[in-house]
Amino acid sequence: MKFSRFLKTILMVDFLVGLFIAVKELFKSKKTINYPFEKGKISPRFRGEHALRRYPNGEERCIACKLCEAVCPAQAITIESSEREDGSRKTTRYDIDMMKCIYCGLCEESCPVDAIVQGPNFEFSTETREELYYTKEKLLDNGDRWENILAANIKADNPYR
Amino acid sequence: MEYLNIIFQEVYKILFLLVPVLVSVAMIVWLDRRVWAFVQKRQGPNVVGPFGLLQSLADALKYIFKEIIIPASSNKVVFILAPIVTMTLALIAWAVIPFSETQVLADINVGILYLFAVSSLGVYGIIMGGWASNSKYPFLGSIRSAAQMVSYEVSIGIIIINVLLCVGSLNLKDIVLAQQDLWFVIPLFPMFVIFFISALAETNRPPFDLPEAEAELVAGYQTEYSGMMYAMFWLGEYANILLMCAIGAILFLGGWLSPLEIYPFNLIPGAIWLILKILLLFFLFALVKAIVPRYRYDQLMRLGWKIFLPFSLTWVVLTASYLFYFNLLPIN
Repeated sequence: MKFSRFLKTILMVDFLVGLFIAVKELFKSKKTINYPFEKGKISPRFRGEHALRRYPNGEERCIACKLCEAVCPAQAITIESSEREDGSRKTTRYDIDMMKCIYCGLCEESCPVDAIVQGPNFEFSTETREELYYTKEKLLDNGDRWENILAANIKADNPYR
Repeated sequence: MEYLNIIFQEVYKILFLLVPVLVSVAMIVWLDRRVWAFVQKRQGPNVVGPFGLLQSLADALKYIFKEIIIPASSNKVVFILAPIVTMTLALIAWAVIPFSETQVLADINVGILYLFAVSSLGVYGIIMGGWASNSKYPFLGSIRSAAQMVSYEVSIGIIIINVLLCVGSLNLKDIVLAQQDLWFVIPLFPMFVIFFISALAETNRPPFDLPEAEAELVAGYQTEYSGMMYAMFWLGEYANILLMCAIGAILFLGGWLSPLEIYPFNLIPGAIWLILKILLLFFLFALVKAIVPRYRYDQLMRLGWKIFLPFSLTWVVLTASYLFYFNLLPIN
Protein backbone atom coordinates (compact mmCIF):
# COMPACT_ATOMS: atom_id res chain seq x y z
CA MET A 1 0.00 0.00 0.00
CA LYS A 2 2.66 2.43 1.05
CA PHE A 3 4.89 1.52 -1.88
CA SER A 4 2.13 2.04 -4.43
CA ARG A 5 1.44 5.43 -2.88
CA PHE A 6 5.13 6.27 -3.13
CA LEU A 7 5.14 5.30 -6.80
CA LYS A 8 2.03 7.36 -7.39
CA THR A 9 3.65 10.42 -5.83
CA ILE A 10 6.98 10.13 -7.59
CA LEU A 11 5.41 9.54 -11.01
CA MET A 12 2.89 12.34 -10.34
CA VAL A 13 0.03 10.15 -11.51
CA ASP A 14 -2.71 12.34 -10.05
CA PHE A 15 -1.19 15.45 -11.55
CA LEU A 16 -0.94 13.88 -15.00
CA VAL A 17 -4.53 12.66 -14.81
CA GLY A 18 -5.57 16.19 -13.91
CA LEU A 19 -3.57 17.58 -16.80
CA PHE A 20 -5.23 15.11 -19.17
CA ILE A 21 -8.69 16.11 -17.93
CA ALA A 22 -7.80 19.79 -18.34
CA VAL A 23 -6.76 19.21 -21.96
CA LYS A 24 -9.99 17.30 -22.58
CA GLU A 25 -12.09 20.13 -21.11
CA LEU A 26 -10.21 22.59 -23.31
CA PHE A 27 -12.09 21.41 -26.39
CA LYS A 28 -15.56 21.06 -24.90
CA SER A 29 -18.29 23.60 -25.53
CA LYS A 30 -18.44 26.59 -23.21
CA LYS A 31 -21.00 26.75 -20.44
CA THR A 32 -21.09 30.55 -20.23
CA ILE A 33 -22.75 32.82 -22.77
CA ASN A 34 -21.15 35.71 -24.59
CA TYR A 35 -23.15 38.22 -22.57
CA PRO A 36 -23.51 41.55 -24.29
CA PHE A 37 -23.95 39.78 -27.63
CA GLU A 38 -26.14 36.91 -26.52
CA LYS A 39 -28.40 36.84 -23.51
CA GLY A 40 -29.83 34.17 -21.31
CA LYS A 41 -33.49 33.15 -21.40
CA ILE A 42 -35.74 35.17 -19.08
CA SER A 43 -38.88 33.80 -17.44
CA PRO A 44 -42.22 35.53 -18.21
CA ARG A 45 -42.40 36.28 -14.49
CA PHE A 46 -39.10 38.17 -14.53
CA ARG A 47 -39.33 41.36 -12.46
CA GLY A 48 -37.26 43.96 -14.26
CA GLU A 49 -37.82 47.58 -15.21
CA HIS A 50 -41.31 48.96 -14.58
CA ALA A 51 -43.74 50.05 -17.29
CA LEU A 52 -47.23 51.56 -17.43
CA ARG A 53 -49.38 49.92 -20.09
CA ARG A 54 -52.13 51.30 -22.31
CA TYR A 55 -55.28 49.80 -23.77
CA PRO A 56 -55.13 49.03 -27.49
CA ASN A 57 -57.04 52.26 -28.23
CA GLY A 58 -54.28 54.30 -26.57
CA GLU A 59 -56.08 55.00 -23.28
CA GLU A 60 -54.01 54.61 -20.10
CA ARG A 61 -54.93 51.54 -18.12
CA CYS A 62 -54.14 53.09 -14.74
CA ILE A 63 -57.25 54.18 -12.83
CA ALA A 64 -55.35 55.77 -9.93
CA CYS A 65 -56.67 53.33 -7.34
CA LYS A 66 -53.36 53.70 -5.49
CA LEU A 67 -53.25 50.02 -4.51
CA CYS A 68 -49.66 49.80 -5.70
CA GLU A 69 -48.71 52.88 -3.71
CA ALA A 70 -50.27 51.34 -0.63
CA VAL A 71 -48.73 47.90 -1.04
CA CYS A 72 -45.24 49.05 -1.96
CA PRO A 73 -43.02 47.92 0.94
CA ALA A 74 -40.26 50.35 0.02
CA GLN A 75 -42.71 53.23 -0.48
CA ALA A 76 -41.11 53.94 -3.79
CA ILE A 77 -44.32 54.87 -5.62
CA THR A 78 -45.95 58.32 -5.43
CA ILE A 79 -49.33 58.88 -7.09
CA GLU A 80 -51.47 62.00 -7.42
CA SER A 81 -54.79 61.92 -9.23
CA SER A 82 -57.63 64.16 -10.39
CA GLU A 83 -60.82 63.94 -12.43
CA ARG A 84 -60.47 64.36 -16.15
CA GLU A 85 -62.98 66.35 -18.32
CA ASP A 86 -64.74 63.13 -19.35
CA GLY A 87 -65.31 62.27 -15.67
CA SER A 88 -62.79 59.41 -15.42
CA ARG A 89 -60.25 59.30 -12.63
CA LYS A 90 -56.68 59.39 -13.95
CA THR A 91 -53.25 59.97 -12.48
CA THR A 92 -51.62 63.35 -12.82
CA ARG A 93 -48.42 62.07 -11.35
CA TYR A 94 -47.00 58.55 -11.18
CA ASP A 95 -43.44 58.46 -9.92
CA ILE A 96 -41.29 55.48 -9.03
CA ASP A 97 -38.03 55.97 -7.25
CA MET A 98 -36.09 53.13 -8.85
CA MET A 99 -33.43 53.30 -6.19
CA LYS A 100 -35.91 52.67 -3.39
CA CYS A 101 -37.60 49.91 -5.35
CA ILE A 102 -36.72 46.40 -4.25
CA TYR A 103 -38.23 44.72 -7.32
CA CYS A 104 -40.57 42.57 -5.22
CA GLY A 105 -43.38 42.64 -7.80
CA LEU A 106 -46.17 43.50 -5.32
CA CYS A 107 -47.28 46.52 -7.37
CA GLU A 108 -47.76 44.27 -10.36
CA GLU A 109 -49.65 41.71 -8.23
CA SER A 110 -51.95 44.32 -6.72
CA CYS A 111 -52.87 46.12 -9.93
CA PRO A 112 -56.51 45.32 -10.86
CA VAL A 113 -56.13 46.44 -14.49
CA ASP A 114 -52.61 45.16 -15.31
CA ALA A 115 -51.44 48.75 -15.73
CA ILE A 116 -48.16 48.74 -13.78
CA VAL A 117 -46.01 45.78 -14.77
CA GLN A 118 -42.39 44.79 -14.47
CA GLY A 119 -40.90 44.00 -17.83
CA PRO A 120 -38.00 41.86 -18.99
CA ASN A 121 -35.54 44.76 -19.23
CA PHE A 122 -32.77 44.64 -16.64
CA GLU A 123 -30.24 46.84 -18.39
CA PHE A 124 -31.26 50.33 -17.35
CA SER A 125 -28.31 51.45 -15.27
CA THR A 126 -27.58 55.16 -15.44
CA GLU A 127 -24.71 57.44 -14.61
CA THR A 128 -26.66 59.78 -12.34
CA ARG A 129 -29.17 59.27 -9.57
CA GLU A 130 -31.66 61.70 -11.09
CA GLU A 131 -32.19 59.53 -14.13
CA LEU A 132 -33.55 56.79 -11.89
CA TYR A 133 -36.47 58.88 -10.58
CA TYR A 134 -38.97 57.55 -13.10
CA THR A 135 -41.90 59.77 -14.02
CA LYS A 136 -45.24 58.93 -15.59
CA GLU A 137 -43.99 59.86 -19.07
CA LYS A 138 -40.98 57.60 -18.75
CA LEU A 139 -43.10 54.71 -17.49
CA LEU A 140 -45.70 55.10 -20.25
CA ASP A 141 -42.88 55.31 -22.76
CA ASN A 142 -41.50 52.05 -21.39
CA GLY A 143 -44.95 50.53 -21.72
CA ASP A 144 -45.19 51.54 -25.36
CA ARG A 145 -41.72 50.25 -26.10
CA TRP A 146 -42.11 46.84 -24.47
CA GLU A 147 -45.87 46.30 -25.03
CA ASN A 148 -45.50 43.24 -27.28
CA ILE A 149 -43.35 41.36 -24.81
CA LEU A 150 -45.32 42.55 -21.77
CA ALA A 151 -48.61 41.33 -23.23
CA ALA A 152 -47.07 38.01 -24.24
CA ASN A 153 -45.59 37.55 -20.77
CA ILE A 154 -48.90 38.22 -19.01
CA LYS A 155 -50.60 35.76 -21.34
CA ALA A 156 -47.92 33.11 -20.77
CA ASP A 157 -48.15 33.46 -16.99
CA ASN A 158 -51.98 33.58 -16.90
CA PRO A 159 -52.66 29.81 -16.47
CA TYR A 160 -50.62 29.74 -13.25
CA ARG A 161 -52.43 32.61 -11.50
CA MET B 1 30.40 60.74 -35.02
CA GLU B 2 31.46 57.15 -35.45
CA TYR B 3 31.02 56.68 -31.75
CA LEU B 4 27.38 57.83 -32.00
CA ASN B 5 26.82 55.47 -34.90
CA ILE B 6 27.91 52.50 -32.85
CA ILE B 7 25.66 53.53 -29.98
CA PHE B 8 22.67 53.89 -32.32
CA GLN B 9 23.34 50.50 -33.83
CA GLU B 10 23.33 48.91 -30.41
CA VAL B 11 20.16 50.77 -29.44
CA TYR B 12 18.43 49.50 -32.59
CA LYS B 13 19.47 45.96 -31.74
CA ILE B 14 18.17 46.30 -28.19
CA LEU B 15 14.87 47.76 -29.38
CA PHE B 16 14.55 45.00 -31.95
CA LEU B 17 14.75 42.52 -29.07
CA LEU B 18 12.80 44.40 -26.39
CA VAL B 19 9.76 45.46 -28.40
CA PRO B 20 8.91 41.92 -29.51
CA VAL B 21 9.44 40.70 -25.96
CA LEU B 22 7.06 43.32 -24.54
CA VAL B 23 4.46 42.63 -27.21
CA SER B 24 4.68 38.91 -26.61
CA VAL B 25 4.31 39.52 -22.86
CA ALA B 26 1.00 41.25 -23.63
CA MET B 27 -0.04 38.37 -25.87
CA ILE B 28 1.01 35.80 -23.31
CA VAL B 29 -1.20 37.38 -20.64
CA TRP B 30 -4.09 36.98 -23.05
CA LEU B 31 -3.12 33.36 -23.78
CA ASP B 32 -2.87 32.64 -20.06
CA ARG B 33 -6.33 34.01 -19.31
CA ARG B 34 -7.81 32.33 -22.34
CA VAL B 35 -6.42 28.86 -21.54
CA TRP B 36 -7.47 29.27 -17.94
CA ALA B 37 -10.99 30.18 -19.05
CA PHE B 38 -11.22 27.35 -21.57
CA VAL B 39 -10.26 24.72 -19.02
CA GLN B 40 -13.03 26.06 -16.79
CA LYS B 41 -15.42 26.14 -19.79
CA ARG B 42 -15.63 29.92 -19.81
CA GLN B 43 -15.15 32.27 -22.77
CA GLY B 44 -12.24 34.33 -21.46
CA PRO B 45 -11.38 37.73 -22.91
CA ASN B 46 -12.78 37.73 -26.46
CA VAL B 47 -14.12 41.21 -27.17
CA VAL B 48 -11.16 43.56 -27.78
CA GLY B 49 -9.66 42.87 -31.20
CA PRO B 50 -9.74 39.50 -32.98
CA PHE B 51 -10.35 36.77 -30.37
CA GLY B 52 -9.69 39.42 -27.71
CA LEU B 53 -6.00 39.53 -28.65
CA LEU B 54 -5.75 43.23 -27.81
CA GLN B 55 -7.21 42.80 -24.32
CA SER B 56 -3.83 43.34 -22.66
CA LEU B 57 -3.28 46.55 -24.59
CA ALA B 58 -6.69 47.80 -23.46
CA ASP B 59 -5.79 46.90 -19.89
CA ALA B 60 -2.46 48.69 -20.17
CA LEU B 61 -4.23 51.78 -21.50
CA LYS B 62 -6.59 51.66 -18.55
CA TYR B 63 -3.69 51.38 -16.10
CA ILE B 64 -1.95 54.36 -17.66
CA PHE B 65 -4.95 56.58 -16.97
CA LYS B 66 -5.39 55.38 -13.39
CA GLU B 67 -4.12 57.44 -10.52
CA ILE B 68 -0.91 56.26 -8.89
CA ILE B 69 -1.47 56.22 -5.15
CA ILE B 70 1.61 56.37 -2.93
CA PRO B 71 0.81 55.60 0.71
CA ALA B 72 1.74 58.39 3.11
CA SER B 73 3.70 56.09 5.39
CA SER B 74 5.66 54.42 2.62
CA ASN B 75 9.30 54.92 1.78
CA LYS B 76 8.64 56.78 -1.45
CA VAL B 77 11.92 56.25 -3.27
CA VAL B 78 12.02 52.51 -2.66
CA PHE B 79 8.29 52.24 -3.28
CA ILE B 80 8.65 53.72 -6.75
CA LEU B 81 11.88 51.87 -7.44
CA ALA B 82 10.46 48.40 -6.73
CA PRO B 83 8.31 47.88 -9.85
CA ILE B 84 11.03 49.44 -11.99
CA VAL B 85 13.59 46.99 -10.62
CA THR B 86 11.26 44.04 -11.17
CA MET B 87 10.56 44.93 -14.77
CA THR B 88 14.10 45.92 -15.67
CA LEU B 89 15.54 42.70 -14.28
CA ALA B 90 12.96 40.66 -16.15
CA LEU B 91 13.90 42.39 -19.40
CA ILE B 92 17.70 42.60 -19.23
CA ALA B 93 17.95 38.83 -18.90
CA TRP B 94 16.74 38.50 -22.50
CA ALA B 95 20.06 39.92 -23.72
CA VAL B 96 21.78 36.55 -23.61
CA ILE B 97 18.97 34.35 -25.00
CA PRO B 98 20.15 33.03 -28.37
CA PHE B 99 17.45 32.87 -31.03
CA SER B 100 19.79 31.18 -33.49
CA GLU B 101 23.50 30.68 -33.96
CA THR B 102 23.96 34.34 -34.94
CA GLN B 103 20.91 36.08 -33.50
CA VAL B 104 22.00 36.86 -29.98
CA LEU B 105 22.39 40.32 -28.47
CA ALA B 106 25.22 39.56 -26.04
CA ASP B 107 27.10 36.35 -26.74
CA ILE B 108 28.91 36.10 -23.42
CA ASN B 109 30.77 33.04 -22.24
CA VAL B 110 29.06 32.90 -18.84
CA GLY B 111 25.56 33.30 -20.25
CA ILE B 112 23.93 30.81 -17.94
CA LEU B 113 25.56 32.38 -14.88
CA TYR B 114 24.31 35.78 -16.01
CA LEU B 115 20.78 34.43 -16.34
CA PHE B 116 21.01 32.82 -12.94
CA ALA B 117 22.32 36.00 -11.33
CA VAL B 118 19.64 38.18 -12.88
CA SER B 119 16.82 35.86 -11.94
CA SER B 120 18.18 35.73 -8.37
CA LEU B 121 18.14 39.52 -8.24
CA GLY B 122 14.46 39.42 -9.20
CA VAL B 123 13.53 38.81 -5.59
CA TYR B 124 14.79 42.31 -4.69
CA GLY B 125 11.96 44.01 -6.54
CA ILE B 126 9.47 42.05 -4.50
CA ILE B 127 11.20 42.59 -1.16
CA MET B 128 11.56 46.29 -1.85
CA GLY B 129 7.92 46.58 -2.81
CA GLY B 130 6.77 44.72 0.28
CA TRP B 131 9.00 46.59 2.67
CA ALA B 132 8.48 50.08 1.26
CA SER B 133 4.70 49.74 1.37
CA ASN B 134 4.94 49.83 5.17
CA SER B 135 1.84 47.72 5.62
CA LYS B 136 1.16 44.23 6.96
CA TYR B 137 0.05 42.23 3.96
CA PRO B 138 2.71 43.38 1.51
CA PHE B 139 5.35 42.76 4.15
CA LEU B 140 4.22 39.20 4.89
CA GLY B 141 3.82 38.53 1.17
CA SER B 142 7.31 39.71 0.36
CA ILE B 143 8.84 37.69 3.20
CA ARG B 144 7.15 34.57 1.90
CA SER B 145 8.18 35.34 -1.62
CA ALA B 146 11.80 35.89 -0.67
CA ALA B 147 12.02 32.60 1.22
CA GLN B 148 10.29 30.76 -1.59
CA MET B 149 12.41 32.14 -4.40
CA VAL B 150 15.64 31.53 -2.52
CA SER B 151 14.70 27.91 -1.75
CA TYR B 152 13.80 27.02 -5.29
CA GLU B 153 16.71 28.87 -6.79
CA VAL B 154 19.00 26.38 -5.05
CA SER B 155 17.44 23.41 -6.80
CA ILE B 156 17.36 25.27 -10.12
CA GLY B 157 21.08 25.94 -9.70
CA ILE B 158 21.78 22.28 -9.15
CA ILE B 159 19.64 21.29 -12.13
CA ILE B 160 21.66 23.70 -14.24
CA ILE B 161 24.84 21.99 -12.97
CA ASN B 162 23.42 18.74 -14.32
CA VAL B 163 23.08 20.23 -17.77
CA LEU B 164 26.47 21.92 -17.59
CA LEU B 165 28.09 18.57 -16.77
CA CYS B 166 26.85 17.27 -20.10
CA VAL B 167 27.88 20.38 -22.03
CA GLY B 168 31.17 21.54 -20.57
CA SER B 169 30.51 25.22 -21.26
CA LEU B 170 28.58 28.09 -19.69
CA ASN B 171 27.79 29.66 -23.06
CA LEU B 172 24.12 29.31 -23.98
CA LYS B 173 24.99 28.74 -27.64
CA ASP B 174 27.25 25.84 -26.71
CA ILE B 175 24.48 24.43 -24.53
CA VAL B 176 22.10 24.42 -27.47
CA LEU B 177 24.67 23.06 -29.91
CA ALA B 178 25.50 20.21 -27.51
CA GLN B 179 21.92 19.01 -27.96
CA GLN B 180 22.20 18.48 -31.71
CA ASP B 181 22.09 14.70 -31.39
CA LEU B 182 19.84 14.36 -28.37
CA TRP B 183 17.84 16.94 -26.48
CA PHE B 184 18.65 16.91 -22.79
CA VAL B 185 14.98 16.40 -21.98
CA ILE B 186 15.43 12.70 -22.77
CA PRO B 187 18.49 11.72 -20.69
CA LEU B 188 17.71 14.24 -17.95
CA PHE B 189 13.93 13.88 -17.91
CA PRO B 190 13.50 13.89 -14.10
CA MET B 191 15.58 17.07 -13.98
CA PHE B 192 13.31 18.63 -16.59
CA VAL B 193 10.25 17.90 -14.46
CA ILE B 194 11.89 19.35 -11.37
CA PHE B 195 13.07 22.35 -13.34
CA PHE B 196 9.53 22.95 -14.53
CA ILE B 197 8.09 22.78 -11.03
CA SER B 198 10.87 24.96 -9.61
CA ALA B 199 10.22 27.46 -12.39
CA LEU B 200 6.60 27.61 -11.28
CA ALA B 201 7.75 28.37 -7.74
CA GLU B 202 10.39 30.83 -8.93
CA THR B 203 7.84 32.90 -10.87
CA ASN B 204 5.18 32.72 -8.13
CA ARG B 205 2.75 30.82 -10.31
CA PRO B 206 0.07 28.51 -8.93
CA PRO B 207 0.35 26.15 -7.06
CA PHE B 208 3.14 28.23 -5.49
CA ASP B 209 1.49 31.65 -5.64
CA LEU B 210 1.70 32.08 -1.88
CA PRO B 211 3.13 35.61 -1.97
CA GLU B 212 -0.14 36.83 -3.43
CA ALA B 213 -2.52 34.33 -1.86
CA GLU B 214 -5.74 36.33 -2.05
CA ALA B 215 -7.46 34.52 0.76
CA GLU B 216 -4.79 35.35 3.32
CA LEU B 217 -2.75 38.24 2.02
CA VAL B 218 -5.11 40.34 -0.15
CA ALA B 219 -2.62 40.68 -3.02
CA GLY B 220 0.69 40.19 -1.22
CA TYR B 221 3.42 42.64 -2.10
CA GLN B 222 1.22 44.29 -4.76
CA THR B 223 -1.48 45.36 -2.31
CA GLU B 224 -0.51 49.03 -2.06
CA TYR B 225 0.31 49.46 -5.73
CA SER B 226 -2.02 51.01 -8.27
CA GLY B 227 -2.07 52.24 -11.82
CA MET B 228 0.99 51.90 -14.00
CA MET B 229 3.17 50.75 -11.08
CA TYR B 230 0.97 47.73 -10.58
CA ALA B 231 0.98 47.11 -14.33
CA MET B 232 4.77 47.16 -14.28
CA PHE B 233 4.78 44.52 -11.57
CA TRP B 234 2.72 42.17 -13.63
CA LEU B 235 4.57 42.98 -16.81
CA GLY B 236 7.73 42.00 -14.98
CA GLU B 237 6.08 38.90 -13.62
CA TYR B 238 4.98 37.68 -17.03
CA ALA B 239 8.30 38.64 -18.63
CA ASN B 240 9.90 36.47 -15.94
CA ILE B 241 7.58 33.58 -16.74
CA LEU B 242 8.44 33.90 -20.41
CA LEU B 243 12.12 34.00 -19.49
CA MET B 244 11.84 30.83 -17.41
CA CYS B 245 10.13 29.14 -20.36
CA ALA B 246 12.96 30.31 -22.62
CA ILE B 247 15.59 28.97 -20.20
CA GLY B 248 13.75 25.66 -20.05
CA ALA B 249 13.59 25.51 -23.84
CA ILE B 250 17.31 26.23 -24.15
CA LEU B 251 18.48 23.90 -21.39
CA PHE B 252 16.27 20.92 -22.17
CA LEU B 253 14.39 21.30 -25.44
CA GLY B 254 17.29 22.12 -27.73
CA GLY B 255 16.75 25.88 -28.09
CA TRP B 256 16.52 26.90 -31.72
CA LEU B 257 17.22 23.41 -33.09
CA SER B 258 14.45 21.80 -35.09
CA PRO B 259 13.19 18.49 -33.68
CA LEU B 260 14.06 16.58 -36.87
CA GLU B 261 16.85 17.51 -39.25
CA ILE B 262 14.84 16.59 -42.33
CA TYR B 263 13.38 18.48 -45.25
CA PRO B 264 10.25 20.42 -44.18
CA PHE B 265 11.48 21.06 -40.65
CA ASN B 266 14.91 22.52 -41.29
CA LEU B 267 13.47 25.19 -43.59
CA ILE B 268 11.80 26.90 -40.63
CA PRO B 269 14.16 29.46 -39.06
CA GLY B 270 15.58 28.70 -35.62
CA ALA B 271 13.89 31.66 -33.93
CA ILE B 272 10.47 30.22 -34.82
CA TRP B 273 11.39 26.89 -33.28
CA LEU B 274 12.53 28.57 -30.08
CA ILE B 275 9.30 30.59 -29.91
CA LEU B 276 7.24 27.44 -30.48
CA LYS B 277 9.08 25.67 -27.67
CA ILE B 278 8.61 28.64 -25.34
CA LEU B 279 4.92 28.67 -26.19
CA LEU B 280 4.62 24.94 -25.50
CA LEU B 281 6.17 25.40 -22.07
CA PHE B 282 4.00 28.42 -21.37
CA PHE B 283 0.93 26.46 -22.37
CA LEU B 284 1.87 23.94 -19.69
CA PHE B 285 2.30 26.81 -17.21
CA ALA B 286 -1.20 28.03 -18.03
CA LEU B 287 -2.73 24.55 -17.78
CA VAL B 288 -1.11 23.96 -14.41
CA LYS B 289 -2.56 27.24 -13.15
CA ALA B 290 -6.02 25.97 -14.05
CA ILE B 291 -5.84 22.57 -12.38
CA VAL B 292 -3.91 22.81 -9.12
CA PRO B 293 -4.84 24.15 -5.68
CA ARG B 294 -2.42 26.32 -3.71
CA TYR B 295 0.27 24.73 -1.52
CA ARG B 296 0.44 25.40 2.18
CA TYR B 297 3.59 27.25 3.17
CA ASP B 298 5.23 24.39 5.10
CA GLN B 299 4.43 22.00 2.23
CA LEU B 300 6.13 24.38 -0.15
CA MET B 301 9.26 24.53 1.98
CA ARG B 302 9.27 20.76 2.49
CA LEU B 303 9.02 20.15 -1.24
CA GLY B 304 11.86 22.55 -1.95
CA TRP B 305 14.38 21.56 0.69
CA LYS B 306 13.56 17.96 1.54
CA ILE B 307 12.64 16.54 -1.85
CA PHE B 308 13.90 18.62 -4.76
CA LEU B 309 17.27 19.54 -3.30
CA PRO B 310 18.38 15.99 -2.30
CA PHE B 311 16.93 14.52 -5.47
CA SER B 312 18.69 16.91 -7.81
CA LEU B 313 21.92 16.59 -5.82
CA THR B 314 21.75 12.81 -6.17
CA TRP B 315 21.16 13.22 -9.85
CA VAL B 316 24.27 15.40 -10.16
CA VAL B 317 26.32 12.58 -8.63
CA LEU B 318 24.65 10.03 -10.91
CA THR B 319 25.22 12.10 -14.03
CA ALA B 320 28.81 12.85 -13.11
CA SER B 321 29.58 9.20 -12.32
CA TYR B 322 27.94 8.01 -15.52
CA LEU B 323 29.84 10.50 -17.67
CA PHE B 324 33.10 9.72 -15.87
CA TYR B 325 32.71 5.96 -16.04
CA PHE B 326 31.89 5.86 -19.74
CA ASN B 327 34.49 8.52 -20.47
CA LEU B 328 31.93 10.93 -21.93
CA LEU B 329 33.03 14.00 -20.01
CA PRO B 330 33.09 16.99 -22.38
CA ILE B 331 36.62 18.23 -21.76
CA ASN B 332 37.94 20.67 -24.28
